[in-house]
Amino acid sequence: MVENRPVLTILRHLVLGLGVVIVLFPVWVAFVASTHPQAALMSGAAPLLPGDRLVENYSRLLASGMSQAGGTPVGLMLLNSFIMALLIATGKIAVSLVSAFAIVYFRFPFRMVAFWIIFLTLMLPVEVRILPTFEVIADLGMLNSYAGLTIPLVASATATFLFRQFYLTIPDELAEAARMDGAGPMRFFRDILLPLSRTNIAAIFVIMFLFGWNQYLWPLIVTTDESYTTIVMGIYRMVNVSDEQPQWHLVMATAMLALLPPVVVILVMQRLFVKGLVETEK
Amino acid sequence: MAGIGIRDVVKRYGDTKVIHGVSIDVADGELIVIVGPSGCGKSTLLRMVAGLEDITGGEVSIDGRVVNRLEPKDRNIAMVFQNYALYPHMSVYDNMAYGLKIAGLSKEAIRARVDKAATMLQLQPYLDRKPRQLSGGQRQRVAMGRCIVREPAAFLFDEPLSNLDAKLRVQMRLEIRQLQRSLGTTSLYVTHDQVEAMTLADRLVVMNAGVAEQIDTPMNVYLHPATTFVAGFIGSPAMNFMPGRLGADGRAVTLDTGAPLRALPEPIAGHGEKAVTIGVRPEHLTLVGSEAAELTLRVGVVETLGADTLVHGALLDKGQAVVPVAGEGGEVLAARLPGNVAVREGDTLPLRVVEGALHVFDRETGRRLADV
Ligand SMILES: Nc1ncnc2c1ncn2[C@@H]1O[C@H](COP(=O)(O)OP(=O)(O)OP(=O)(O)O)[C@@H](O)[C@H]1O
Ligand SMILES: [Mg+2]
Repeated sequence: MVENRPVLTILRHLVLGLGVVIVLFPVWVAFVASTHPQAALMSGAAPLLPGDRLVENYSRLLASGMSQAGGTPVGLMLLNSFIMALLIATGKIAVSLVSAFAIVYFRFPFRMVAFWIIFLTLMLPVEVRILPTFEVIADLGMLNSYAGLTIPLVASATATFLFRQFYLTIPDELAEAARMDGAGPMRFFRDILLPLSRTNIAAIFVIMFLFGWNQYLWPLIVTTDESYTTIVMGIYRMVNVSDEQPQWHLVMATAMLALLPPVVVILVMQRLFVKGLVETEK
Repeated sequence: MAGIGIRDVVKRYGDTKVIHGVSIDVADGELIVIVGPSGCGKSTLLRMVAGLEDITGGEVSIDGRVVNRLEPKDRNIAMVFQNYALYPHMSVYDNMAYGLKIAGLSKEAIRARVDKAATMLQLQPYLDRKPRQLSGGQRQRVAMGRCIVREPAAFLFDEPLSNLDAKLRVQMRLEIRQLQRSLGTTSLYVTHDQVEAMTLADRLVVMNAGVAEQIDTPMNVYLHPATTFVAGFIGSPAMNFMPGRLGADGRAVTLDTGAPLRALPEPIAGHGEKAVTIGVRPEHLTLVGSEAAELTLRVGVVETLGADTLVHGALLDKGQAVVPVAGEGGEVLAARLPGNVAVREGDTLPLRVVEGALHVFDRETGRRLADV
């Protein structure tokens, strides 16, 4: 379809524009809500134009949080979420890069068994194994710590599988040439495999960062200390305040703030992997 | 500088034996070409020398030292791969320098060696480029450069030219030849292209199904093929084979149809009255007057090449009986005639075999008959 008729072009842009509007409209409503006082949102009809409380709402949240929801400052929650997501994403990539390397490039007994066992864990998401995992973490005394928040989540069958598939596309001759050049396995991994995986790492980092950022159940269970509250937990608490109307303007402002780090990560990484895609090796 | 010794080398994958005891002695500075059809085990043999493949049996030595148990990097050899295997994310310079860097050479020493190789290979303008920004021929040169800078005891080439177009292949062939000559580095070169093999080799190893059928200079392989396989593999179009019989005196040769061919110039002693396969190269059939004809060709297909004309067709003996032939195009005989002969389909051409150009092979074993 490389036809170039003006009618079609207009139609295409209309459809795309419509898609953008559909996706962005809720975000816009949330943003507008976050700039109004609480009273403006109680009338039942959501306003569609920004109000005058932008600075006030946001600065209050970042500094002191919402008293009804524990009063943890949103800034701290954002930091917690960011640390957690970053540790999970980095940990997942580090672990799966190395395990895929072992599975593809080394011959050891039960290699395929190891691979299939890893693969099978794909069917066991966090929620399924949450009780035993909690037991282990509690026994190890890792409740209320970043280690407890992240370590149980750093093993990743998905990422291992994706890296394995990528390594399989790298010609054997490349490994052999490196061997002839005198590179040992770790040197080959560092000098050749890692740089070639750059694009994949960027893509998987984005996915895993979002996965970590969106964790709700696990942080809720392993942390009781307010200072480890993550943003997703925070939003939920704000909505579920007891004996009171939820303060929708603050909830929406928190949601807007919660959106920002993932968007930044995607924008930064996107530059990297688009560059990688354009430079595909012949 | 050093030679390579391959002694009774065997390779087995599980139960299947793919190399059945091959022995080759590569002299210092020699370029040996291993040639054979696809799947005959050329790459496997080369990779065993390189250390990329375990050696099931036998012994490989480089520079007089048995290397069976050594890692590739400790064998002091370098290899050019068919798809070049350049590191895609490294510049041309880094590709060539990588091995030296690992070997722990100083920056200056590395630069000196890479510069020297790059000059030799005319790669100077491209040192900062990535492999993907190079043409096929240039990549090939980088792959060679990567070997040269290591100054190894031997070069190994596995079909290095097969990804290039025909013209570039001829050019790179010459470059490899010159380079190998000027460096004087012992080389093992694998190809399935017989022209490449003939033009490059100091000596040829013709392999078939995991066995080295003949090891000799290209000319000797062409003139005195050791087996029907070698005879059919080297030379284009392929040699024509006809069933025949060697007379009691070891000189007279008769076709199975009863028609006599010209007697051999030298008798083959000890093989009298034997069922043989007679081989004649297409270029050794000449057009003669019908009274002198030994064979008659009924023209089927004519291929005009300019300098030569290739004629394919059914072979009849003097009694007009059809002689069964095993040749390149199946059961037809091929003859290479001068370009100026005018032949048309259906013509009959009186032919004679050039003096001394008959090859006689034992029909049972396929081996060339020689005095016993
Ligand atoms: N890993 C393996 N396991 C089992 N058999 C193998 C293996 N590698 C190669 N072979 C067999 O060994 C034989 C020789 O293979 P090799 O690659 O050496 O052939 P080759 O002469 O290089 O052919 P080509 O000209 O096609 O490259 C083939 O019959 C192949 O099927
Ligand atoms: Mg091969």
